[in-house]
Amino acid sequence: MNRFVCLRPTSVAEAVAAASEPGSAYLAAGTNLLDLMKGGVARPARLVDVTHLPGLGAIETLSDGAMRIGALVKNSTLAYDAAFSARFPAVAEALLSGASAQLRNAATVGGNLLQRTRCPYFYDTASACNKRAPGSGCDAIGGANEGHAVLGFSDHCIATHPSDFCVALTALGAIVEIEGEGGRRDVPITDFYRLPGDTPEKETVLSPGEMVVAMRLPADSTAFSANQRYLKVRERTSYAFAVVSAAAALRLEDGRIAEARLALGGVAAKPWRAEEAEARLAGRHANRAAFEEAADLTFAAAKPSGDNSYKITLGRRLVTRALLLAAAGTPDHLPALPASPFAETPAGVLPEGVAHV
Amino acid sequence: MTLSISLTINGEPRSVAIDDPRVTLLDLLRERLHLTGTKKGCDRGQCGACTILVDGERVNSCLALALSHDGAEITTIEGLAEEGRLHPVQEAFIAHDGFQCGYCTPGQIMSAVGLIAEGHAHGDAERVRELMSGNLCRCGAYRGITEAVLEAEAKLATRERDAA
Repeated sequence: MNRFVCLRPTSVAEAVAAASEPGSAYLAAGTNLLDLMKGGVARPARLVDVTHLPGLGAIETLSDGAMRIGALVKNSTLAYDAAFSARFPAVAEALLSGASAQLRNAATVGGNLLQRTRCPYFYDTASACNKRAPGSGCDAIGGANEGHAVLGFSDHCIATHPSDFCVALTALGAIVEIEGEGGRRDVPITDFYRLPGDTPEKETVLSPGEMVVAMRLPADSTAFSANQRYLKVRERTSYAFAVVSAAAALRLEDGRIAEARLALGGVAAKPWRAEEAEARLAGRHANRAAFEEAADLTFAAAKPSGDNSYKITLGRRLVTRALLLAAAGTPDHLPALPASPFAETPAGVLPEGVAHV
Repeated sequence: MTLSISLTINGEPRSVAIDDPRVTLLDLLRERLHLTGTKKGCDRGQCGACTILVDGERVNSCLALALSHDGAEITTIEGLAEEGRLHPVQEAFIAHDGFQCGYCTPGQIMSAVGLIAEGHAHGDAERVRELMSGNLCRCGAYRGITEAVLEAEAKLATRERDAA
């Protein structure tokens, strides 16, 4: 790990001023950053430790029913918060399907938004990586890339975003609250991340020094509580990043879909909101045919970036199943294996004669 | 630049000088305070061998900068036994053969203590396995580990009921 100076500001304004200096990085729990620093992938000269800043640790219900979550709230605290998980059960399920209990106890929701890709070439400092070292090339292209993107990638980068939490937040239209030297601004999470293009090192719209201070789930996102799920295929049942994941939420009226929300993980450099599929579902009966159509539409523009064409087939099936699970209703209790295809599945979700996947 | 932080470690208040900001809680415990019960496995948050309780919650000490934890209350495997008697989780690991080589065991036990305090397993083996997935055991003692956690959870619940 490189040597660094550790600064401990006492207010958000002080933190923003400190982090605006070149070579600075914010430190919250450090569950991603310290790992990257130990591997020499991140080498900040200055760490701005925000762990003790006041006012960033609350989970609040606002007067219009929206919820606001401070950036320093722990992943586990949010997932088990009764008011939050009742309104946003798929977000809680996504949180609990990510990482391990130890990491969830430490990692903050702000840090989760800003975690870096798990592309092995990004992590391997001997490899070319335009995200880690702009202009050096991309060894994932033409390399071992079965885990890489099938949507929105470029000739410069085919990495995926690793978060589960952010996929569910994206489906529900979360707003990211950002504080910078110019004051505070709100950015919808769908606009918060950038696609790689020719600058894959620029992953978000944050300017130097800008800090995520909170996120909000707006009032209209509370209408989906009864029918929402997060579903995640992993290479092992627990403690693994998504190969492909989907967050599906429906607002049903008399068996018809009044409004649908859908986002995917593991397929692109950002959590992928499937707006065309959402629009196609509006007004339809909530059934397998409609969901398969939505799944096809979601992946209509998908193409392999290497050895990952399977993700397109897998993604279509996963979207269909996530929508069927959402239509079947949010379960009273989270399954023992959150978001797992091996969790108990309501009748009618799996095709006739099929067990599990 | 040397900074001093205050920690309560296994009930004992300690003032610790940090001469290098890179020191993690794991390295602080093992290398500076000679509490070597907490193990360094991967040092990257993947194996769980370094699990300790910080303010009562289980975390990976390898990914926690010591400097960020001024004022924290820390419990390690050395702090579990009371008055010479093993903690119920330690007893259960022995009773159920929840280990072979033993290297991951302090982390497994600290994780299990945290899991039981969190209260989300409800005596269900599948939930225990899921909630213990942050602790790898290369000997493959998972069956005994799961049985041990379930037994300790039940025993601690009974004890709590009796105390109430």
